[in-house]
Amino acid sequence: MKTENQRGWLFVLPVLLLVAFNALVPLMTVVNYSVQETFGNNQFFWHGVGWFEDILRSDRFQAALGRQLFFTATILAIEIPLGVAIALAMPRKGIWVSVCLVLMALPLLIPWNVVGAMWNIFTLPDIGLLGYALNNTLGIEYNMTQSPVAAWITVIVMDVWHWTSLVVLLAYVGLISIPEAYYQAAKIDGATNWAVFRYIQLPKMKRVLTIAVLLRFMDSFNIYTEPFVLTGGGPGNSTSLLSIDLVKVALGQFDLGPAAAMSLVYFAITLAVSWLFYTLMTRDEQ
Amino acid sequence: MARIRLEKLRHSYLPAPSGPEDYALTEVDLEWMDGGAYALLGPSGCGKSTLLNIISGLLTPSEGRVLFGETDVTTLPPDQRNIAQVFQFPVIYDTMTVYDNLAFPLRNRRVDPARVDARVREIAAMLELEDWLATRAANLTPDNKQKISMGRGLVRDDVNVIMFDEPLTVIDPELKWKLRSKLKELHQAIGVTMIYVTHDQTEALTFADQVVVMQDGVIVQIGSPVDLFDRPKHTFVGHFIGSPGMNILPCEVVDGGVLFHGQHVRLEGPITRTGKRTEIGVRPEYVRLTETGIPAIVRKAADIGRHTVVEAMVGATPVSAILDDRAPELGVEVHLSFEPSQTRMYADGWIATAGERP
Amino acid sequence: MALELRSVTKRVGSEMHIHRTSLSIDAGGFNILLGATNAGKSTLIKLMAGLERPTTGEVWVGGQNVTGMSPQKRNISLVHQFFVNYPHMTVFENIASPLRVAGIPKSEIAGRVEEAANILQLGPMLKRRPQELSGGQQQRTALARAIVKESKAIFLDEPLANLDYKLREELRDQLPDLLAGRGTVVVYATSEPTEALLLGGRTALVHEGRVTQYGITTEIYRSPANLVSARVFSDPPINLAPVEKRGDEMFLGDLSWTVFGEAARLKDGSYTVGIRPHHVTPIEPKDVSAAVRGRVQITELSGSESIAHFALGDRTWVSLAAGIHPYRVGEEHEFHIIPGQCFYFAPDGTLAAKGTAHG
Repeated sequence: MKTENQRGWLFVLPVLLLVAFNALVPLMTVVNYSVQETFGNNQFFWHGVGWFEDILRSDRFQAALGRQLFFTATILAIEIPLGVAIALAMPRKGIWVSVCLVLMALPLLIPWNVVGAMWNIFTLPDIGLLGYALNNTLGIEYNMTQSPVAAWITVIVMDVWHWTSLVVLLAYVGLISIPEAYYQAAKIDGATNWAVFRYIQLPKMKRVLTIAVLLRFMDSFNIYTEPFVLTGGGPGNSTSLLSIDLVKVALGQFDLGPAAAMSLVYFAITLAVSWLFYTLMTRDEQ
Repeated sequence: MARIRLEKLRHSYLPAPSGPEDYALTEVDLEWMDGGAYALLGPSGCGKSTLLNIISGLLTPSEGRVLFGETDVTTLPPDQRNIAQVFQFPVIYDTMTVYDNLAFPLRNRRVDPARVDARVREIAAMLELEDWLATRAANLTPDNKQKISMGRGLVRDDVNVIMFDEPLTVIDPELKWKLRSKLKELHQAIGVTMIYVTHDQTEALTFADQVVVMQDGVIVQIGSPVDLFDRPKHTFVGHFIGSPGMNILPCEVVDGGVLFHGQHVRLEGPITRTGKRTEIGVRPEYVRLTETGIPAIVRKAADIGRHTVVEAMVGATPVSAILDDRAPELGVEVHLSFEPSQTRMYADGWIATAGERP
Repeated sequence: MALELRSVTKRVGSEMHIHRTSLSIDAGGFNILLGATNAGKSTLIKLMAGLERPTTGEVWVGGQNVTGMSPQKRNISLVHQFFVNYPHMTVFENIASPLRVAGIPKSEIAGRVEEAANILQLGPMLKRRPQELSGGQQQRTALARAIVKESKAIFLDEPLANLDYKLREELRDQLPDLLAGRGTVVVYATSEPTEALLLGGRTALVHEGRVTQYGITTEIYRSPANLVSARVFSDPPINLAPVEKRGDEMFLGDLSWTVFGEAARLKDGSYTVGIRPHHVTPIEPKDVSAAVRGRVQITELSGSESIAHFALGDRTWVSLAAGIHPYRVGEEHEFHIIPGQCFYFAPDGTLAAKGTAHG
């Protein structure tokens, strides 16, 4: 016997069909390509798991994967603590609240390729403000197109600038939901500021931080536009993160099979790590 | 442990108050002895929570002083006043066990671990939480969580006063009873000064030795539960205390006495003064149904087990009575009489008869 | 207009929130659901109102099976514990909203809204928004919204629980007049036994998803059908202790008393005796009583009543007496139990016999 009103499903049906058409069908196409070989003349031969084996063994893929993991780990390690620290410093009452919130939201509103272009110009050694200042005023050698270290630092700083605000806003939401009485009780108990952070603020922020970490992980793992516009994956291959590498293989060399297989591997890794993260972080909450 | 004195306290939440309406506390002068159980009783908005926060140090008063013993603590923060406060909803550290929660205030003050352990177990036993010591605090029921909040206040030896801000608000009615008794038991066992803020007159009267009744930022009367019940100085106190509250009946002062609906009513003693508004105050417990007396029609009658609550209309004025016998029929005409020694007159709200008791 | 629950159950996930329940409610008078928080009162109300669908069973209103019907079609009103009002509308518009939804013509709306507002003393507040009002006024707005349309049933889910003590008393006084005589079914959920007794009518005792007893309020108060019902319908909690019946006497530890009437006809054996605190008195009563001595542990004096918690063997019993009694904590005091007011419960929890006075 029907226990609930099922009419809601009718409303969702058109969206489901649309998503199916736009996402599932292309996905199936990719799966199709990944197990076949072609020489470009529209003739396809069954290749089985061949491409997958090639990719997983290829040095190039493993290097790109390594770079990607390094990138994601670094920005998580910087953005989460930094975001929480900024959220703690933001005022919770008064007129400055709106001002701070708007300032925090600004970086998130800029189109991603503009972000890349901005930082590109900003760090040019001859005409960029930062590039010129570093090279000429401070005497530090800084050229993104030549030094992989400089390129990496720039990519990371750009991402931190762009996305820390998201963490700040999420952490802030968690913080303002804590009733004043908790702070009052802590004062009466003689707790230090660190104890207040550890025992009151952090536990209450846990849920929103889980979301923040998950979002940042997924987005940074799939990142493409900003680093591509910034460095093009260079110098050489040094900042070719997974997605950039994938595009080079797929469009640059027009190898559909390997490209398709690589996308699926990429997809599977993202899914697996996201699931792992999520399970670990929500382990305590039943 | 010390005497608590409040001198000429006034408080406004506005930065530039212009008149008395802008003040949450209009004028408070109070002195409390060490070790007593006190209650601040009044309706929402009367200023009781403001007063509590001023005593605990969470709020600095606009004017006036707070003294603990001889020390002026008016501007001292809460952690330097040696007080403890229990809030309306349980405030616990979710990630810690019950043991760690109770130990927290002691550990922050660097008490040695052996003493911490002894004290935590002692308090846990008093609160009947010993079985839960190793459980994470977040997993307990609200009443047990509230006990933890109380425990954190009791566990320190150096506490001057423990304050309770409507602590039973989120507790189930059946558990409210247990927790209320437990609080009373704790006070009897420990003897620390306790101040209990509430709008529930039953909670205030059963807990406190002395009750401070407040309305609109002013203290209306201070007294023991018996005093407040027997001789309310103001009609507000008479009405607010008791369930149902005192009957406040408009009357006329005539030569030699008062008239209520044309009937003579005997008062407890001579009338001391009169005013624009004169009223008789008599508690429902002292209104009886008799053969002769003031005629009334029974409008409502409810048998609540321990007694019967009756509401009868004398003309357009309702009069409540508490009777031991069975409820009379609705619509029946009865005669009311008031116990003279418990019938008082109020002029403009303030008591205006002289009682026989010294 | 009668409201009936026919063998309804409600299962959520793996838990049974409501066990098989049948209840028949008539219009006129209050129908009270009394029980602890989470006993199932709110769930029962939601099932009656149509906000939730029963897992099995049917709901009938006014002779019609409304089990699948949405609440909108059932023409009901609901007053919630948490003063639910539309925050962006004025009090007038809040009260008018059910009439507007029902398509009542504008000319009639103003009149009916003012009538309801006047009954609830909201006349001067009509142009204000709910946030500007006090708790009591907000709840009265919710009540006005409930009475302004002529619904078949009005459900009140602990409507006074979030109000100040004195405000609760005042509003509770006004409720019967407000809701009576409209030919509607009134269902009122509360967790306070005294409230049920003051409102009268009929009461259903709810405990852990079951209705343990249903009947006229004062009758079920005086005759609990089982131990659970006695526990639910007592404030302060009922005093309980195991007793042994041997011949004509009931033995509670060292104490014993003679039983008469149906209590005397019980089979010898173990029972549980229940007696309410106001039948355990410090003064010797006129009726036959049994005296017990106990050490007083806690005393509470409220000005009109004296409460003493004393030790009875390894249990603690409570005595409630009118007036002021000088108890001293730590000292032994004599209390009197009135056998005529005792309830004897069999080991399975059902009421085996009621005590009768010497007769």
